[in-house]
Amino acid sequence: MSENQRIIEIEVLRYNPETDKEPSKQVFDVPFTDDMSVLQGVQYIKDYLDGSLSFRWSCRMAICGSCGMMINGEPSLSCETFLRDYYPARVRVEALAHFPIEKDLVINMEGFIEKLESIQPYIIPKEARTLAQGEYLQTPAQLASYEQFSSCINCMLCYAACPQFGLNSDFIGPAAMALLHRYNIDSRDAGKGERMELVNSEEGVFNCTAVGYCSEVCPKHVDPANAVNQNKTNSAADYFMRFLTPKGGAK
Amino acid sequence: MKKTLKRSNAPIFWALFGAGGMLSALLGPMLVFITGLAIPLGMLLPVDTMSYAKMLAFAQNIVGKGFIFAIISLFLWHAAHRIFHSLHDIGIHAGIVAKLICYGGALAATLVTAYTLLAIGF
Ligand code: SF4
Ligand code: FES
Repeated sequence: MSENQRIIEIEVLRYNPETDKEPSKQVFDVPFTDDMSVLQGVQYIKDYLDGSLSFRWSCRMAICGSCGMMINGEPSLSCETFLRDYYPARVRVEALAHFPIEKDLVINMEGFIEKLESIQPYIIPKEARTLAQGEYLQTPAQLASYEQFSSCINCMLCYAACPQFGLNSDFIGPAAMALLHRYNIDSRDAGKGERMELVNSEEGVFNCTAVGYCSEVCPKHVDPANAVNQNKTNSAADYFMRFLTPKGGAK
Repeated sequence: MKKTLKRSNAPIFWALFGAGGMLSALLGPMLVFITGLAIPLGMLLPVDTMSYAKMLAFAQNIVGKGFIFAIISLFLWHAAHRIFHSLHDIGIHAGIVAKLICYGGALAATLVTAYTLLAIGF
């Protein structure tokens, strides 16, 4: 065990809102083994070197979405990124880009949560069903059409990757759009009209300039860029069709 | 607490951008090759393929007019949109001014093209 234990330098962006004017870097020497993730490296720092270091994590297996960080400038889940891949160079760990920092590696995700709420992320049925009528049935093909967009774990890596969200934090952004799309194309849902209002708005899809980095960093292959771009077409159709339809499209 | 949402007018510009992008991707390289290389160098086509008389006849034909108009105008709308967004990307958020210069330029060129094509008659 000890023969294959090496020391890697981990550079961490520190920020304490109570004492610091701005974030600054701090370097730690961390002993590591081949099976250690960046998250475990950061946990080592907290346990043995500096207990004041703050970061989020929970599952350690790329499921909960809470351990997102910029690792050498790339939005990554720190629990599925390994120190061995950086050694012998130093690895740089920072809070997710484009979000306000609460402390050290912990970002303020309030804006993101508001966006998730704003898309009405639940099925809005065409007509209410009573319990006696049983469940809503769906064919495997109907499930397959939206399944990919439903595997988001809300890790926000795509927001840290999106230059347009970086320029305008009002932009509804990749993950929220993917989830919105997931409900809009669900055969059990009838809420598209209400959700299109957001897609069509100034905070909506047209902030996207088709960079595509969001889909590249997504650990769950949700492909949010695809959802955003499909909705540009939907929104453009809605924009022009409202002149032709009596109900006038979504507001 | 729902924010009041304002409908974006982007679809107009996005649609013109998309149409121009599609057209330039499909026809742009071929047009550069034909007008810039093949004809002047006498490859494949005779050198006088684009003589004044022939081009005038092309521009006086209704289909030719449509083609020239679409190529000039949509290419410019595409370029205007691309430049506008690239300015934003590199940190120039001139907003209304940039919008006027980019889209205004495309609109002006579209009108001049339409006027000229009509002026040379049928
Ligand atoms: S779409 Fe992908 S990158 Fe974005 S929050 Fe969901 S899982 Fe994370
Ligand atoms: S700790 Fe749960 S995704 Fe990394």
